[in-house]
Amino acid sequence: MNQFLAFIKKEFFHIYRDKRAILILLVMPIAQILLFGFAISTDVKNIKTAILAPKHTEMMERLAEEIDQNPRFDFVGFLQIENEIDNYLRTNKADVTITFPANFENEVYSGLDNRVCISVNATDPNTASIESNYIAQELYNILSEKTMKGIEPQVSPINVHLMYNPQMKSSFNFVPGIMGLIMILICAMMTSVSIVREKESGTLEVLLVSPMKPFSIMIAKMVPYFGLACINLVSIMILAYYVLDVPLTGSLFWIIAISLLYIILALSLGLLISTLAETQIAAMLISAIVLMMPIILLSGMIFPSESMPPILEYISKIIPTRWYISAMRKLMIQGVSIQYALKEVYILLGMTAFIIAITIKKFKIRLE
Amino acid sequence: MIQVNDIGKSYGKVEALKGISFSVDKGEIFGIIGPDGAGKTTAFRILTTLLLADKGEAFVDKLDVKRDFKKIRKMIGYMPGHFSLYPDLSVEENLELFASVFGTTIQQNYHLIEDLYRHIEPFKTRRAEKLSGGMKQKLALCCALIHAPKVLFLDEPTTGVDPTSRKEFWQMLKKLKAQGITILVSTPYMDEATLCDRIALIKDGRFLSVQTPQETVNRFNENLYETSSTDMFRLLTDLRKNSEVKDCYTFGASHHLLLKNDSSLEALKKKMLALGHQDIVIRPTEVTIEDCFMKLTKE
Amino acid sequence: MADVICVNGLTKRFGDFVAVNNITFSVKEGEIFGFLGANGAGKTTAMRMLCGLSFPSEGTGTVAGFDIAKQSEKIKKHIGYMSQKFSLYEDLTVMENIQLYAGIYGVEKETMKRESTALLKKLDFENKKDTLVSSLPLGWKQKLAFSAAIFHHPKIVFLDEPTGGVDPATRRQFWEMIYETAANGITIFVTTHYMDEAEYCNRVSIMVDGKIEALNTPKNLKEQFHVDSMSKVFDQLARRAKRGE
Repeated sequence: MNQFLAFIKKEFFHIYRDKRAILILLVMPIAQILLFGFAISTDVKNIKTAILAPKHTEMMERLAEEIDQNPRFDFVGFLQIENEIDNYLRTNKADVTITFPANFENEVYSGLDNRVCISVNATDPNTASIESNYIAQELYNILSEKTMKGIEPQVSPINVHLMYNPQMKSSFNFVPGIMGLIMILICAMMTSVSIVREKESGTLEVLLVSPMKPFSIMIAKMVPYFGLACINLVSIMILAYYVLDVPLTGSLFWIIAISLLYIILALSLGLLISTLAETQIAAMLISAIVLMMPIILLSGMIFPSESMPPILEYISKIIPTRWYISAMRKLMIQGVSIQYALKEVYILLGMTAFIIAITIKKFKIRLE
Repeated sequence: MIQVNDIGKSYGKVEALKGISFSVDKGEIFGIIGPDGAGKTTAFRILTTLLLADKGEAFVDKLDVKRDFKKIRKMIGYMPGHFSLYPDLSVEENLELFASVFGTTIQQNYHLIEDLYRHIEPFKTRRAEKLSGGMKQKLALCCALIHAPKVLFLDEPTTGVDPTSRKEFWQMLKKLKAQGITILVSTPYMDEATLCDRIALIKDGRFLSVQTPQETVNRFNENLYETSSTDMFRLLTDLRKNSEVKDCYTFGASHHLLLKNDSSLEALKKKMLALGHQDIVIRPTEVTIEDCFMKLTKE
Repeated sequence: MADVICVNGLTKRFGDFVAVNNITFSVKEGEIFGFLGANGAGKTTAMRMLCGLSFPSEGTGTVAGFDIAKQSEKIKKHIGYMSQKFSLYEDLTVMENIQLYAGIYGVEKETMKRESTALLKKLDFENKKDTLVSSLPLGWKQKLAFSAAIFHHPKIVFLDEPTGGVDPATRRQFWEMIYETAANGITIFVTTHYMDEAEYCNRVSIMVDGKIEALNTPKNLKEQFHVDSMSKVFDQLARRAKRGE
């Protein structure tokens, strides 16, 4: 036990004396949360909207006014003929156009067919889908809540409901994603690099030729990073709650429990990498290319995995971070009870067991 | 104390060790001497249980290096090449760490390292990366000794260290030997061979000889001459052109010379004088390990 | 003969620490100059200043006729440098390494072709020219590295422990190459931990605690200290060192 504590103390010295490591470990997570929360936002504002209505009625005027008053939208004008839609969208005079059918006003309250057509510039598909959602929501609000002519609409003209994140604030979505990324970065990358550094410098040779059990060397290397990951977990949650107004509605116990499970999974990944890599650079590259890239692109952190091509969606299923993010979204933002996130928990548990099993199998008590 | 039977090791196609055998007695300083890349480090790693040999068997204190590696790891001290220390830890922190890793304390075995540690104690708060080569070497030896090992494995402890620090280091080893510690040491410096009780000369993964330094020298079995003149480089080339000369090579202040027939010595001297060499000296000299090594590699 | 290196009162400080303390010496053209000293005596720092890699705190000096403080870029063109640790790219072939060095120093293409063929022949490397350097024995690497360092015919070549760990026979071949190079007029500035190699030098300087404590021919040094080998001369001087680091 004494050996073990002495070793952990030494690990803390390493981290403490490496100013760059401290910067990466403690400052970067906070910076990322703030960056994603405020600066890099997929929120869309000032959507330029044009309306094509066959009849320029009072209702249309009111609709235009409503749209213009909403900070999300800028009303850019009424169109006369259909050809103008294309013209407006191409020249970026408008981002979205709404086309109303000829007898919309009569039919919307009578229950007859009343299809409204929304055209969106989809050069950036992500933005386009957000824009169309917004406009649909807005139209629905205007038509249903503000009863026109005092009569309820018979049929909701557009069937889009935005739940849980009614303002569609993207920072909500990013918080679980960043947590997933940072835990991997700290636990997998930093742990593997620090173990491989000892391989390179030859100190691992001396340690292996000591009575200290090789496996306890590895565990001792993990402890400080486990601690750091916990500090980050707490700081991110505090930031998320107080600064970004993420609701954290679900059970705090389960949010932390699942995060700890995920941290352990990331640590074992780091250990696995350290058994494969011989140089610090190799460890960095494996962490960056095999872990970080897929996490950023495929875990659903930025792009929803449901909208990926099938192959990528299958690949995304083996990325632990995907399940972690999914569980965190359910618990932190949706606020559902743990039953609904059990599937994710089981998958994460299975993955952890699997990685630990491979690591133990791969682990070498000698140099080769 | 150490028993090695025909161990061999390959890395892919490269045969690093081609079957070496030797044994080391208790309290002996045994030197493995040879250039870089000869297989010294591989041999050390096999004996310290860090590598598995492809063939052969080896025992440290009757314990099998393969099967009983846990027991061996408790009783040996190992100092790999390039002194493995933690550069960002201070002298004291390094020593404390290695003491606790081996389940002991600095106080417990202070008597073993006292002589060494006195030299570095004034700098005990300095980080290891800021120490000079000689100091690092002393600290690394302290770290390897702190748990009072029975056998000490020192892989090239003097490489890159200046000659004076090297001599001090060997004096330390003599003192450790007096305390009954068995020492296996490797070095590329031939002049250190005479400081060992027995030596193995190694080249390209093979032992050229395993004997005491004196026996090694005796086996040379040829008359060796040293020669000098005012123009050393020209003397070297002129001597090599001469048909009576078997071999001639630089050796510090003089050249070492081997003749095909010792009776031609005077004639050779005259020939060199005729070629315009001044102050020419040719006289018998003592054979060194380095001469033996070169002779053995040529054979 | 002209002085290729001439330094006067050269000093380098790092904060309070005086790494090189007021050294003055000169090296003649075609000389083999041994630059000895214990670890930490300041050899590396002094060599860096001479190569134009480090700026002296005090003192003046010229290398190959250029001022070490003001014309370091010109110095770099006229010197060769080889160290034990880094000299060749392991993942390039023999020929690629030669081409690289020739390219760095701006050797003409035709000259490069002609001389590299001659060089490979001289080293007996002709059938190894497409071999990766990593698979060569250490001794061969060092010989090749030395040849690359003098490929552009520098006025002076700096060798930092060129023979560390090399086997005795190859070490001697290496020194014969040094002799030959010096005979062709290239000045050799060499550090070593092998004391027999100190005997091969025309003149030897020994640094202790940042100062040059002795500078003479090996023969005169031995007489001065009343001993029979350079190794003993070195011992006597190095024991005076106070700098404990």
